[in-house]
Amino acid sequence: MVSLQPAGSAHDTGHELIRFENVSKSFELSDRTVRAVENVNLSVAKGEFVVLVGPSGCGKSTLLNMAAGLFHPTNGEVYYAGKRVDGYNLKTGYMTQNDHLLPWRDVVGNISTPLEIRGLAKGAREARVEQLIDLVGLQGFERSYPSQLSGGMRKRTALARLLAYDPETLLLDEPFAALDAQLRLNMQIELLRISRSLNKTILFVTHDLDEAVALSDRSVVFSPRPGHIRHIADTPLPRDRNLTALRHDPLYTKMTAELWDLIMPTLNETRGEAS
Amino acid sequence: MSNADIGYVPASDEMVAQDRKRRMDKARRARIRERIKLNVIRVLMVGGFFALWEIVSGRLIAPFFISAPSAIFRRLGGWIWSGDIFYHMGITATEACAGLLLGSIFGIVVGTILGRRPFLAKLLDPIITTFYSLPKVALAPLFILWIGIGIDMKITFTATIVFFLVFLNTYTGVRNVSRELISILYLMGANEMQVLRRVVLPSAITWVFAGLRISVPYSLIGAIVGELMASNKGLGALLVRAQGEFDTAGVFAALVAIMALAVVFNTAVRVLERRLMPWKSLEQGHESAV
Repeated sequence: MVSLQPAGSAHDTGHELIRFENVSKSFELSDRTVRAVENVNLSVAKGEFVVLVGPSGCGKSTLLNMAAGLFHPTNGEVYYAGKRVDGYNLKTGYMTQNDHLLPWRDVVGNISTPLEIRGLAKGAREARVEQLIDLVGLQGFERSYPSQLSGGMRKRTALARLLAYDPETLLLDEPFAALDAQLRLNMQIELLRISRSLNKTILFVTHDLDEAVALSDRSVVFSPRPGHIRHIADTPLPRDRNLTALRHDPLYTKMTAELWDLIMPTLNETRGEAS
Repeated sequence: MSNADIGYVPASDEMVAQDRKRRMDKARRARIRERIKLNVIRVLMVGGFFALWEIVSGRLIAPFFISAPSAIFRRLGGWIWSGDIFYHMGITATEACAGLLLGSIFGIVVGTILGRRPFLAKLLDPIITTFYSLPKVALAPLFILWIGIGIDMKITFTATIVFFLVFLNTYTGVRNVSRELISILYLMGANEMQVLRRVVLPSAITWVFAGLRISVPYSLIGAIVGELMASNKGLGALLVRAQGEFDTAGVFAALVAIMALAVVFNTAVRVLERRLMPWKSLEQGHESAV
């Protein structure tokens, strides 16, 4: 049922940073208990880009929440840098489908929020914000409020804010799901570049198998709820890869097809369960 | 890799934003036209009412009961000429303003603390509800006993009324702040004060202002009821005096002055609201544009 394999062994990445040890999580609803994830064992190395894929509702986001310390596992433990995660894990930055921008702050205000919290001086803050706005291509919208921005621009603001506080680990929950294909590719290129140059550890949740293969060092495939790991696959692509040329890469095509074959039957399962 | 390499045109977002702006401009013009139309109809309605009032007075109904617009305006003019009205308005405005300010400061502070400390809120809930249900007017005699019949009694009385309104709204606002936003700030390493300033208060401010808007008429009620009970100055006192002299025009003139004060207060709150929540008026413009 569960295929395990030691973490990061195939990569020249660092030592273990995040470890999920026999993690299960269930939620008590008024009338029943929902088991979100069950017996998850996963180890993520420093600098590694791990993508979690699986049908919706299989508890991928729950794992991110536990890594961030937003909730506790019902059973098992989550370790970060050797220490049990207990309370907010300040080494992680979180970005979800919902961009969670502050509606009462404009683009500059949103991006500089983490810098203010860190106590950066005004001058340094402004310089950094300007840099980030350039990076995500939001020039000309500095003084716009989130309600005035398109979905893509809000996403880019959220990404800039995340990069502003420069967390060691990025927890990304379908961050690009609402973007159009070109913008998404652009954001993926940017994310991959940043993750390599700053040696970020990334846990990335997606439904999109193409995205999973394109970005990941490893893909973790989950079963439908209660989510457990069905398969962990190393991505056979070089770390330094050209996302625009992947379409013609036979290794890429082969791996997306393999993932598809793994996920496809469970998609039918979930549908059967729902109806 | 640059944008050009993959043929990505960042203008698409800008075009969307521009289009939205154009539609907003159009909607704004439509709103202005509508506002003019509404105002013209309003003036006609009110003017017609006054004309009718003037005609009926002395012909169908005795002026003793309803006076007449001309008499009321003459009385007002006299008060304005002598400066009396400004003195009394000033007193009432001071009472209402100070009460509003004090009551809302306490309301916001207590509402925020209880909103962030559910245990305290649970502990105090029945006590607060009991006091909230008490008609505040019934407290006036107690305040007169304690503080006397000066201006400070009206301020205390008004503040008590306003406190509950602002407190309840602030509390609800603070309880309704998005938990995710708070978590995200904590993950950035924020402390409680930073979360309060950046998330909780801006998010709750919509509710706070809802409380303030309701409080404006109540602050005037507080000041004027206080004056009606015991005072020789303020618009409430003016009202009592005119009534005692069977001066119907004077009673109406005092009411007009009270209404004018209420309009000024409401406008001030609305201006403050727009100043403190620039993103809100944008959202409203946005909604009507889409």
